[in-house]
Amino acid sequence: MPLPSTDRRTLLRHSLMLSVCGMLPAHAQPRRELLPTSLPPSPSRSPLAVAAPLTRPIPSSAEPVPLVGLGSWITFNVGNDRAAREQCADVMQAFFGAGGKLIDCSPMYGSSQDVIGHGLRSRDALARVFSADKVWVSPAARGPAQIDASSSRWGVPRFDLLQVHNLLSWQEHLVTLFAMKAAGRLRYVGISTSEGRRHAELEQIMRSHPLDFVQLTYSLRDRRVEERILPLAQERGIAVIANRPFEQGDLLRTLGRHPLPAWATELQCSSWAQFALKFVISHPAVTCAIPATTRVDHVRENLAVATGRLPDAVARARMAAHTDKLL
Amino acid sequence: MSEWWSYRLGSFLLFSQRTYGSLVASYNAEVWPLQPVLVTLGLAALVVAARSRSPLHARLVWLLLGGTWCWVAWAFHWRRFAAINWAAEYLAWVFALQGMALLWAGVVRPGLRFQPPSPARSALGVGIVAVALLAWPLVALGLGRPGWQAESFGSFPDPTAIATLGLLMLAPSAPGWLMVIPLAVGALGVAMAWALQAAAA
Repeated sequence: MPLPSTDRRTLLRHSLMLSVCGMLPAHAQPRRELLPTSLPPSPSRSPLAVAAPLTRPIPSSAEPVPLVGLGSWITFNVGNDRAAREQCADVMQAFFGAGGKLIDCSPMYGSSQDVIGHGLRSRDALARVFSADKVWVSPAARGPAQIDASSSRWGVPRFDLLQVHNLLSWQEHLVTLFAMKAAGRLRYVGISTSEGRRHAELEQIMRSHPLDFVQLTYSLRDRRVEERILPLAQERGIAVIANRPFEQGDLLRTLGRHPLPAWATELQCSSWAQFALKFVISHPAVTCAIPATTRVDHVRENLAVATGRLPDAVARARMAAHTDKLL
Repeated sequence: MSEWWSYRLGSFLLFSQRTYGSLVASYNAEVWPLQPVLVTLGLAALVVAARSRSPLHARLVWLLLGGTWCWVAWAFHWRRFAAINWAAEYLAWVFALQGMALLWAGVVRPGLRFQPPSPARSALGVGIVAVALLAWPLVALGLGRPGWQAESFGSFPDPTAIATLGLLMLAPSAPGWLMVIPLAVGALGVAMAWALQAAAA
């Protein structure tokens, strides 16, 4: 019998209560052969603390990254609206409080970089963030100046990760980024695309350059990267950031017209949001998914998805097949 | 470039309806009561354009129109909209260019008088200006937004561009290129409103 789709706020409350009662298998070890994930060390976790999210290592360094990060496309572009800025800062605070680390942005995203900078300063979180930004300018000679401006807006001395946004002038920008990494002014180099665009060129870049990260669109409905890009990332040891896991909410609106299947409870999913995000982060090639939100309850729920057991390959195939039938 | 076909209108939206509405409301509050003053001046300009054949009156109308384009360029695009849309800096230059063109064609150079060639064109021009001045601010209310999110002539791009198109129709000697930017702005405004509504649905 299908379960009714649960309101995200209610779901979060219930999952936190279950977690407190020790009923959620938050410490369950994932199947190693399928999921090279690991739980972060937290020997002194209080019974009331929210379980820390699962992590996956960045292949080029083995540094663990929580499976769920925070995107900022549209949601953090709130301009000079003070109340909205504080709301974004609250989202960031909840994100870090739930064990999140990686926040992704771009100079293309309007005021988002300033809003993130405000959140990091006002919530005393500069030391906790894994800062992922992009370079997006042409001609590429203006790249270094744009990167300086971006780091100033974030308020960070250097970025952890810089990606060439949407492959714009990627040949020249990659030269700059690799030089910055060699000089110790950047930890990781990446490249980004979205909504399935320019995958052939992306594949060629992945084969020919020692990238640390690649960012791409991957969702329960948009699985184009499964065929070539994700296996290539695994083969080449490139970390993957999955953007648009909810397709800007469109996927959840579409799925929300249907009841959640009863067997979703076996996967510890009580909402379509959990179902969709769990599918994305359970792919062994995915290092981190970056759903964006303006709501504290949603960011907590997103992080909570990464604290439970992840579906194995058989369950993932069932999730995809069921979704295909509905869409 | 085949990937261009994969873009949708919403792909170019950088902000939410809520954020844009908040920006509009904040701007309206900051410049109040300029809005009713500009709409009143716009109505006066419409009366002049429909009835007066005085070259001096015509110049005053073009002065008002050119001035509002420059005001929107600076006050809206440059100072406010640019905070959430990097393209607004370019739009500010486009609006300033149109403002200067109207001032040059209607104020500096003589001869851009209001002499509608036919009653039908006159009625259409008057109707378009009336819609921009009186009906456009009500669009926000019609879409269920608060009154502070109303966009009015002289303060916001779309009603200013639409009113300009109507006034240019009442001046048959106006060069056609003066309509290019207002037409493009009108199309852009409609597209953006459509995308915002779709994203908020």
